[in-house]
Amino acid sequence: MKYLTLAATTLFATSALAEPAQLVVYTYDSFVADWGPGSVIEAAFEAECDCDLKFVGMGDGAALLARLKLEGARSDADVVLGLDTSLVATAKDTGLFAPAKVTADYDLPVTWGDDTFVPYDWGYFAFVHDKKISPPKNFRELADSDLKIVIQDPRSSTPGLGLLMWVKDAYGDEAPAIWERLADNIVTVTKGWSEAYGLFLEGEADMVLSYTTSPAYHLIAEKDATKAAAIFDEGHYMQIEVAGKLAGTDQPELADKFMQFMVSDAAQSVLPTTNWMYPAITPEAGLPDGFNQLVEPEKALLMPNDAVPALREEALAEWLSALSQ
Amino acid sequence: MAFSTVSISSKLGIGAAILVVALILAALLAVLWRAEFNSGLGPADWSAIRFTALQATMSAVLSTLLAIPVARALARRRFRGRGLLVTLLGAPFILPVIVAVLGLLAVFGRAGWLNAGLAQVGLAPVSIYGLHGVVLAHVFFNLPLATRLLLQAWQTIPAERFRLAAQMNLTPHAVFRSIEVPLLRQILPGTAALIFVICLTSFAVALTLGGGPSATTVELAIYQAFRFDFDLSRAAQLSLVQLGIAGGTAALALWIIPTVSIGGGFDRSLHRWDAQGGLQRVLDILAIGLTTVFLSLPIAAVVIRGVAGLAETPAAVWHSAGVSIIVALISIVVLLSIALPMAGWIVTRPRGGSEAVGLLGLAASPLTIGTGWFILINPVADPFALALPVTALINAFMALPFVLRIIVPPMRDTVQIYGRLTQTLGLGGWPLWRWMILPRLRPQIGFAAGLTGALSMGDLGVIALFASPDTVTLPLQMYRLMGAYRMDAAAGAALILLALSLGIFWIFDKGGRWHAQA
Amino acid sequence: MLRLEAAEITQDTFKLRADLSIERSRKYAVIGPSGAGKSTLLAALCGFIPLSKGRLLWQDNNITSFAPGNRPMTMLFQDNNLFPHLSVQQNVGLGLRPDLRLSSGEKDLVQNALSRVGLGDFAQRKPGVLSGGQQSRAALARVLVQARPLVLLDEPFAALGPALRNEMLDLVAELITETKASLIMVTHAPEDVRRIADDVIFVANGVAEEPRPAAALMDNPPQELRDYLG
Repeated sequence: MKYLTLAATTLFATSALAEPAQLVVYTYDSFVADWGPGSVIEAAFEAECDCDLKFVGMGDGAALLARLKLEGARSDADVVLGLDTSLVATAKDTGLFAPAKVTADYDLPVTWGDDTFVPYDWGYFAFVHDKKISPPKNFRELADSDLKIVIQDPRSSTPGLGLLMWVKDAYGDEAPAIWERLADNIVTVTKGWSEAYGLFLEGEADMVLSYTTSPAYHLIAEKDATKAAAIFDEGHYMQIEVAGKLAGTDQPELADKFMQFMVSDAAQSVLPTTNWMYPAITPEAGLPDGFNQLVEPEKALLMPNDAVPALREEALAEWLSALSQ
Repeated sequence: MAFSTVSISSKLGIGAAILVVALILAALLAVLWRAEFNSGLGPADWSAIRFTALQATMSAVLSTLLAIPVARALARRRFRGRGLLVTLLGAPFILPVIVAVLGLLAVFGRAGWLNAGLAQVGLAPVSIYGLHGVVLAHVFFNLPLATRLLLQAWQTIPAERFRLAAQMNLTPHAVFRSIEVPLLRQILPGTAALIFVICLTSFAVALTLGGGPSATTVELAIYQAFRFDFDLSRAAQLSLVQLGIAGGTAALALWIIPTVSIGGGFDRSLHRWDAQGGLQRVLDILAIGLTTVFLSLPIAAVVIRGVAGLAETPAAVWHSAGVSIIVALISIVVLLSIALPMAGWIVTRPRGGSEAVGLLGLAASPLTIGTGWFILINPVADPFALALPVTALINAFMALPFVLRIIVPPMRDTVQIYGRLTQTLGLGGWPLWRWMILPRLRPQIGFAAGLTGALSMGDLGVIALFASPDTVTLPLQMYRLMGAYRMDAAAGAALILLALSLGIFWIFDKGGRWHAQA
Repeated sequence: MLRLEAAEITQDTFKLRADLSIERSRKYAVIGPSGAGKSTLLAALCGFIPLSKGRLLWQDNNITSFAPGNRPMTMLFQDNNLFPHLSVQQNVGLGLRPDLRLSSGEKDLVQNALSRVGLGDFAQRKPGVLSGGQQSRAALARVLVQARPLVLLDEPFAALGPALRNEMLDLVAELITETKASLIMVTHAPEDVRRIADDVIFVANGVAEEPRPAAALMDNPPQELRDYLG
């Protein structure tokens, strides 16, 4: 019987009709984990597209882009999901992406003007702390305090890069001085977000660079209200996560359909409690409970996407020399 | 001993060595081929190279020196729990980096047990972050490995030698000079070189415990070049520098190893009559006691955290555990089929320098090898379809230097002792392996296989590039849990990983020693 | 007949010259001062040390460059004659078939050889649990099954007590006579020479001399031999 089925499948496979079109989406690892948004979104999209949606997880946003550059035009991917604002300009420069045909009314603190990439969720970088301490109100206060922080290395991690841009955006030419003053607050610098957050939870530091939405996880998933994000009066740098359609896709319509789906209520309502970020469009039912208890920054900071690569070079050199002493 | 005493065919071994070199060179060339040459290495790169060499040298020297009293004590003492301790020596080495770092921090960190204890007695806290922290962590990882390598060598000293020493009532100092120093001269350089190369490619440990960008290693620079800058030319240049330092050091260390044999014995179980004196006993108890405390406290921290998180560990973790076990087993098979012929070839050579070939894989940066192979494979085949063989092959490459270090010295001895006998018997080819080498080296092969299996379990796989959706390994799953804030579940997964790795290690290591004491 | 023709063996600064013949079914003792090159001579015959000059002929065939395993001889060393990890039976079996795939006939042969040397009940033991004499017997059993025309002994019984050594020498003599092989044996003891040797090869001053009849030589030794015997 088994062989019969196998033979039948093979027969049908030869006629293209029998097999639904396959859409390959490259994304970061945590998206496709069993507890990430991947499985729910896959089921929901496949229910309406008559297609086979295949998520392929690999590392983080930077790894995604490196992978695409390695594969070049012959990539199997139709859509890439999970690049962020600091990578958008570099990604565009590759010429591998095609403009998206998606319409949406975004609830972002900034206006989204890019026609190639579609934002699906976003967050503010922030220092997360235990409510037992009284948090500083800005970087200067932090630098003057005895508080210890863990941050991520901007050379290996996207939040680390975010912090770099944050300080640069807020302080411009004064950024090196801020970093020098922060040096004695920094317990250590880690390879990625997970290590830093792990160290923080183990009590190695008073604060860790993460997102304003991080306390929502502890609140909702762990019923733990002891964590909070410190709000800085310089404003908070944003990370917007985006999806893009590859120019070499063999399923351009399906790709557009998927990206449109990502900003639909079905996908957007899943993201807050699986990706622990703000959805790009507030779901009809509103944000989940824990999210309403989060503090919101007064001011959103974001460098223009095109300015990021050059500023990154400069800020990285400043960061290295300030902290290497 | 000027006899030429071997009839091991070197063809297979040379073939295996060529395969290793070719696959690694191919990876490097592939990366260079795709690279556009931008610029040479900058001052930041050179300072990374200096820091890397410094910390690797310190870690290697310290790990190796500290291992001497520990291995010596373990070799001449019999006590309850000794076997368990020897198995546990494998644990730090096979822990995924982040797990081990969290374990170390639970003990030595700002909020760790050590500082809590210091605060109790009113002393100022100590900080683990800095060069000393990096070295401490590397000693934690590598002291056990060095100890096992030395202990293994110590146990190859025939009982007859110690009988002789007991007969002549040699003082511990004289035993050390006459029996143990010649042995150490043979074992220490290779062990130190191996640890040097391991620490050379350290990245997350060095950065996290180094406390900042001044603790940048070459491997981090390579990672940055690949991931953020996509500067393949810089990545390849850095890999070459790393390869050059590692290869040069290793070749030098292996070359100065004298090729004298320790001599044969009749496999009588080792009983020691020396070192019964009070001072020696105290020193040994100290060496074993301190090491046990130093190694077991961070592991205990991992276990305590893990037990608490075990209940929250999702089912996917168990599936990944299955994948990891399969990867480990395949890696062992691949490794042995490369390592054994290579070892056979190396022992036929007058000097040990050729063993440096085995270090290439470890030294060339897994990231570079993985990327290079990806560039080569991607145009002709689906990288995901090759995930399993590629992962197994890379794991085998990473384990190769350890395994050669474990197998080559005793194989050299075996060949020197029984070479003439095998030649008069006309023993060659497969029968030579079947009836002499494999049974003589069974304990070492078991240890090597166990180590490879455990290493493969703890390995993160070939850096995302080849990790297909269906072959998510346990360490990767653990990182995913951490990435989703689920630190408790991740701690549970880490405990499972630790248990499985140690289990695989124990089964093979034990299997190798089963009935070995005829 | 084995013939060492105008041979020279060089090891670092040490040189040994030899021009001699070994006849079938005779027993030779190799004697001489310590360090004169007795073991070196045997190692060269066996193929462990290459000849720097001259040839080694077996039945008029040139075997100078043959591997040790392909020469018409077998050798027992001072030590390490048995693999400690293999049973006595396997150790002896290796003499018949290096891959140890013994037919039942070959197994009988091994068992007979073991019985012949008095180890019939020890087939499954490992060498480590045998006494020194038993280990020597096991090695001799292997020599027996190898059935090579030449047997070389490099003082394998030096560690045994006088009674046991005589017993082993007698056993060797018996076996050699039975198998019509030739024996070349390094020894330090004049009484060994008298006990079993037909001829003596005297090695001294960088030369391995031609064999001379043992009895006559020992009864009336030349000056240099007298110096050695003391």
